[in-house]
Amino acid sequence: MIKAVVIGASYGGLEAIGKILIQLPPKFDIPIIIVLHIGHNTINSYLTSLNNKSGFTVKEAEEKEIIEEKTVYFAPPNYHLQVEDEFSLSLSTDEKVNFSRPAIDVLFETAAWTFKNKLIGVLLTGSNSDGAEGIKIIKKYGGKTIVQNPKTALGKTMPDSAIKLSVPGFIVDLEDIAEKILELTMEN
Amino acid sequence: MPSGTKHKNYDDSFYDQGNSDILEIELNLLLQAINLKYGYDFRNYSITHLKRRILHRLKISGLNTISELQNKVLWDKNFYGIFLQDLSINVTEMFRDPEFYLMFRTKVIPILSTYPHIKIWQAGCSTGEEVYSLAIILQEENLLNRTQIYATDFNKSVLEIAKHGIYNKKEMELYSRNYHDSGGKRNLADYYTSKYGSVLFDKSLAKNVVFADHNLVTDGVFAEVNLVFCRNVLIYFDKILQNKVLGLFSKSLAKRGFLCLGTKESLGFSDHENNFSVIDKENKIYKKLQVQND
Repeated sequence: MIKAVVIGASYGGLEAIGKILIQLPPKFDIPIIIVLHIGHNTINSYLTSLNNKSGFTVKEAEEKEIIEEKTVYFAPPNYHLQVEDEFSLSLSTDEKVNFSRPAIDVLFETAAWTFKNKLIGVLLTGSNSDGAEGIKIIKKYGGKTIVQNPKTALGKTMPDSAIKLSVPGFIVDLEDIAEKILELTMEN
Repeated sequence: MPSGTKHKNYDDSFYDQGNSDILEIELNLLLQAINLKYGYDFRNYSITHLKRRILHRLKISGLNTISELQNKVLWDKNFYGIFLQDLSINVTEMFRDPEFYLMFRTKVIPILSTYPHIKIWQAGCSTGEEVYSLAIILQEENLLNRTQIYATDFNKSVLEIAKHGIYNKKEMELYSRNYHDSGGKRNLADYYTSKYGSVLFDKSLAKNVVFADHNLVTDGVFAEVNLVFCRNVLIYFDKILQNKVLGLFSKSLAKRGFLCLGTKESLGFSDHENNFSVIDKENKIYKKLQVQND
């Protein structure tokens, strides 16, 4: 029984995440927690458009916020987003990780600690190697991992790095990632 | 139990799905041990924050388990000193969130200006970057001479850095930009002198600052102040401790005193929400009400 989906993306991520969220059916009720490297100036309009286009409540994660069903949480720019426990999220202004804050690795690692094998980690397009370590840790804690097929990614470095560091559960074309998530959550 | 091998990545750590229950036990024991031996109570810190810092220290120390680390923390004072640095919050910058400082200048300064004498408590000041930021604003508004700032932290070594006011020159590009965006009236470089890749902030900025050791978890009210400034500290605490510390701030504030929190922190849902009015919602500036509701 999957309890959460975590997604990480950087360069090219706005489009890729949008695609996945729109493809997921509105009845999909598992919380989705996302780190996307995105600037202060773009995030609000981006979240508003996703709110309109997808079937979910899409919002910036707040400090110690309770994790709800049918909700998509994005890390605020300049803060790490962490899974605090099974029920809540937390923010941190700690050092950058992989030159990034928020860092995908921080979200993935803290999600793996909490949700263990009840987690799906999805790593998408990007032109740095953030998230590779995170995918490895999710695997180690028994979670399921999906990495975007680099051939379908605007930024190939990020999925490539993850594939190089560990063998992800699934390497999937962007087009088919939503369907793969649905398949992995069938038993829910 | 494995022994002695150095870790390169978190992933090489001893912990996985199969033994994460032991990790939870060890974490609890470690925090209890620190409290018993050294009197620092981290038990109501964000558990994720602690776990990340502790596993990081394990990794770079070549230790495998938190039990091994606990042994060193109890028996090796030097190691404990290093470990304490890990647990304290030491990422800060000057004029962090320039918009907050701009609103502070616009909405708080005009009211403080009407006071004959101003007392400010900067709680969790870390290495002092925001102390000097505040002092610069007060200087530019001609208030510094009649202001007393108490800048506190539980970590004595960051207080030493704060006292000296020496920072890395590399940071000044960002700080200058922040200063400018926050409504700064001059050039940030007017306030420091450079030498060998470091900058030294003007001593006169800190002439009315008392740097003092104060632990938000265990220490109480020490002065009545007109402004409590505590940004990006509460996010490292759990809800229970956040609530307790907000109570401490509320008690320390004179009537109509101001409370400034970090941009992602909030009085909302705490027991003290009703004792404050909101001056700026986005930038988390609050004002204590004249009549208390509790």
